Amino acid sequence: MIPVKFDYLAPTSVEEALSALGEHGDDAKILAGGQSLLPVLRMRLNAPEVVIDLGGIASLRGIRDDGDAIVIGAMTTHHDVRDHALVKEHALLISKAAAEVADSQIRHRGTFGGALAHADPAGDLGAPALALGAQFVIAGPGGTRTVEASDFFVDLFETAIGEDEILTEVRVPKHTGWGAHYEKFVRVAHQWPIVAVAATVKGSIDEARVGLTNMGSTPLRATATEQALAGASATEDGVRAAAELAAEGTNPPSDLNGAADYRQHLARVLTGRAVLKAAGA
Amino acid sequence: MTATQDRPAAEIGKDRRRKEDQRLITGRTRWTDNITLPGMLHLAMVRSPFAHANITSVDTEAAKASPNVVAVLSGKDFGEELGACINAWPITPDQKTPVHSPMPAGRVAFAGEIVAVVVARSAAEARDAAELVDVEYDELPAVIGIKKALEDQVLAHPDLGTNKSALWVFDSGEAGTGTDAEAAITEARANGIVIEREYRQQRLIPAFMEPRSVVVDPTGEQITMWSATQIPHILRFALAATTGVPESKIRVIAPDVGGGFGGKLQVTPEEWVAWAVARRLAKPVKYTETRSESLMAAHHGRDQVQTLTLAADKDGKVTGLKVHLDADLGSYVAIVGGGVPVLGAFMFNAIYKFPAYRFECQTVLTNTTFTDAYRGAGRPEATYAIERLMDELAAEVGVDPLEIRERNWITHEEFPFTTVAGLEYDTGNYEAATAKAKESFGYDALRAEQKERRERGDRVQLGIGVSTFTEMCGLAPSRVLGSLDYGAGGWEHASVRMTPLGKVEVVTGASAHGQGHETAFSQIVADRLGVPFEDVEVLHGDTQVAPRGLDTYGSRSLVVGGEALVKAVDKVIDKAKHLAAHLLEASEDDLEYKGGRFTVAGTDQGVAIQELATAAFAAHNYPEDMEPSLDADATYDPVNFNYPHGTHLCAMEVDTETGAVKMRKYTCCDDIGTIINPLIVAGQVHGGLVQGIAQALWEEAVHDEAGTLVSGSFVDYLLPTAADTISFDVVHTDDPSICTTNTLGTKGVGEAGTIASTPAVVNAVVDAVRHLGINDIQMPCTPERVWRAIQGSRAGGATDTPPDAMPHFQEGALNQDEGAGQ
Repeated sequence: MIPVKFDYLAPTSVEEALSALGEHGDDAKILAGGQSLLPVLRMRLNAPEVVIDLGGIASLRGIRDDGDAIVIGAMTTHHDVRDHALVKEHALLISKAAAEVADSQIRHRGTFGGALAHADPAGDLGAPALALGAQFVIAGPGGTRTVEASDFFVDLFETAIGEDEILTEVRVPKHTGWGAHYEKFVRVAHQWPIVAVAATVKGSIDEARVGLTNMGSTPLRATATEQALAGASATEDGVRAAAELAAEGTNPPSDLNGAADYRQHLARVLTGRAVLKAAGA
Repeated sequence: MTATQDRPAAEIGKDRRRKEDQRLITGRTRWTDNITLPGMLHLAMVRSPFAHANITSVDTEAAKASPNVVAVLSGKDFGEELGACINAWPITPDQKTPVHSPMPAGRVAFAGEIVAVVVARSAAEARDAAELVDVEYDELPAVIGIKKALEDQVLAHPDLGTNKSALWVFDSGEAGTGTDAEAAITEARANGIVIEREYRQQRLIPAFMEPRSVVVDPTGEQITMWSATQIPHILRFALAATTGVPESKIRVIAPDVGGGFGGKLQVTPEEWVAWAVARRLAKPVKYTETRSESLMAAHHGRDQVQTLTLAADKDGKVTGLKVHLDADLGSYVAIVGGGVPVLGAFMFNAIYKFPAYRFECQTVLTNTTFTDAYRGAGRPEATYAIERLMDELAAEVGVDPLEIRERNWITHEEFPFTTVAGLEYDTGNYEAATAKAKESFGYDALRAEQKERRERGDRVQLGIGVSTFTEMCGLAPSRVLGSLDYGAGGWEHASVRMTPLGKVEVVTGASAHGQGHETAFSQIVADRLGVPFEDVEVLHGDTQVAPRGLDTYGSRSLVVGGEALVKAVDKVIDKAKHLAAHLLEASEDDLEYKGGRFTVAGTDQGVAIQELATAAFAAHNYPEDMEPSLDADATYDPVNFNYPHGTHLCAMEVDTETGAVKMRKYTCCDDIGTIINPLIVAGQVHGGLVQGIAQALWEEAVHDEAGTLVSGSFVDYLLPTAADTISFDVVHTDDPSICTTNTLGTKGVGEAGTIASTPAVVNAVVDAVRHLGINDIQMPCTPERVWRAIQGSRAGGATDTPPDAMPHFQEGALNQDEGAGQ
């Protein structure tokens, strides 16, 4: 379908983008790859007067080493995130999850920051970002601020980013040498996950981080499972016992692909599988 | 004619790459939406959000004031010139058929029905203005779902007084084709086996690649309609019959059409509205639907509840079958909507020698998108039911599912065989197809692995599904269609024209929409006429170029259209022979025709068909008793359907922890008679298989209880892609059962894969978990349904469909309504 007519702005710096956003406010939408926004516009579910495309801002793209963290520019594509050596070395879980985003065409267009800012609870990157304790760097008229992952995801399609702000980069604390696995459960390959589990473990098992995709209105951490795994041995029985706790406190949706109780069952099973694979067991 | 036996068949049987693919794949061709005419205006439809409502007012003022809007029209702005969408197949004389206006002025009967049309100078401006049309509705109660409709509490069309449209019955005892099914069931209850099941054929959406599009040009002597349709000839007939414009003033063109699967076998409200608007404004107009509109308002398929009773003796020999179908027509009886389930009536007995058979089909009206043909049309539903039942019977008797089939099928020595449904199957060899499929599949090894996994209690269980299908295709003998009250015949027409420089133009009434007619028909003509493949041009899809035809559906193009072509070619050869004899001063009896050349036996004298074409064009020297032309027409009306068959074997892995299903292996051995182009056949089989597998595992159109289509985008209506399928093992019998009712010996293949594969897959899934006490899982076999069946939380594994899908594109709360669905 044809979107409602809008003005298209293509700033070349974050400052310019912020200024445009300040000027148009509510009437503007940010385009950061467009893999979610364009369908919304074409189906006329949203009709912004102005679309501000961040694709021309070179400083938002790329991945760098920053001491105890790696920093991923918001406009880095899923494809580039997946393949980057720093990501594979220090945040393997993110590489694994990025590899599972939609299909190859979308991974070459869609961006890491765009997907996180869209905050679809069925998106593949929120759970790993949450599990790894990522920090979100947000630029606004008054400068930049950093928000912890646990505070970033507010609700369905809602984050801590203010209306006059832009997500510029994501700092991911290094988890060098941690094993990782992203277990995604779908009916067809290009589908959003019905449930997915992002697991990363140090040793087998000293520490574990487990994030859940599509188990509530935001990405969630399976903290009870994480606690039960700390110091546990990576045996099938031990891991599965810990995974039994994975659905605690979740409130997943019911839809054509599964009712809430089925999703909770899946979360438990998939958590066991993800942790075992992450531990190399 | 025995021409094919007289010379080597250079083209038939050759893996020709399709000559049409370059233009189709690159899009450098005429799709309807590519067509732009001078001064053309664009349409946008305003559609009802309600499944059932009275239209109380339509305020068009704001829309009319929108930039570059030329007109905004609603149903009340038109009279009879708007015409009607016809039902061409009333299945009983007393069928209840609601009036189907393309754009009703008073009452809408499904969500998505057109209530107004905006005409603007650009498509974008039309769409913008459509949102400004203010329609007020008085909402009426909507009836959704077959079982609700049968209650007749809420009526889809209150004026009809009932939701029951027609009851069509066939009884072999009454017809004299067999004995009484009820008696067989009574006997089996006392001394044999009775299998009783209710199966659900979920509603599907054809989901062709190219959305529907229509352009109407009312300028000129003829009014021309281009439409992305499967049926340009029937469309012209229906326009003339319902809008008062004579056929001779109507030209319909189906340019290249991007898929249909039955979904474009329709006369659509959109075509009729575009027609009326173009005539009203005297300007060319174009309408192209969005994908959302296509999913919501283009016709849907399947949607039946099947109540089945199979009677057998203790050895598993079937003694009788009783079938009761309740079929959802949706809101209107579409062009062949009521007839689709009736087509299945002849196929429930499949390849088997059932002595007694009763079939009843009750069609019902609901406030949902109307249903009609979808690949296989009635036959997949029938095949699914009987092939599922035969697996259940095998389980009951305690023998292999192939064994139970062998005890009941028609053996190859018994052909021709008249079935309990009254059809005469000409040829077939179920033993050969099954043996070859078994061997290629590795049946025994997979059965051994299944046993080993069961014994080990493996988390992933293996199941093997069988489907030994046949179908009736090549629609169809006109007299048979007449006896079923179908509104048209089933013949096909072809013309062969020799151009002055010796090229061949072939005109066919079978209008392709992706099947590869141009290539396959060129191969047939090249062989038969002895001309190079490249010299044959196939023309179709324009009523001015191909004035006679009955179009493409029901696996009929090759077996009916191809045969018409053969007959036309043979007439050309006969004429050419007469001319050749004249020019060579020889007797026709002394002429041999080989490789496109007539030669005088025992001499080196001869003349090529191309030279004869030039000679006929020049017309300087030709016999007194002939017209100076080699061109010929033929109309072929088949004497019978044809009956391809095959054995399909499927292995599925089921993760008993999550319910996830995964295809391990799929082998099909289809016997389709003579194969013209194995590459095209493989493509038809692959695509057909995926569509059938998709019904088994993925696709389902779901309306909520208010009648809103929940699966209204490809986020929620799950179409598989190549990533979701495996490489299929496609084989054919070594000694095919040649069709005896056409010259080429061909049988249809366009729908075979879809008809056969659905039960093979579901049989495999059920087989994987049968040892856990499960004998059915409702389609599509979603992981959740499989898991719930295993959990045993609901009897028989039947599960309800939850109501709504995650709103990935909507801002706002999750929709977690309970209790809706079908």
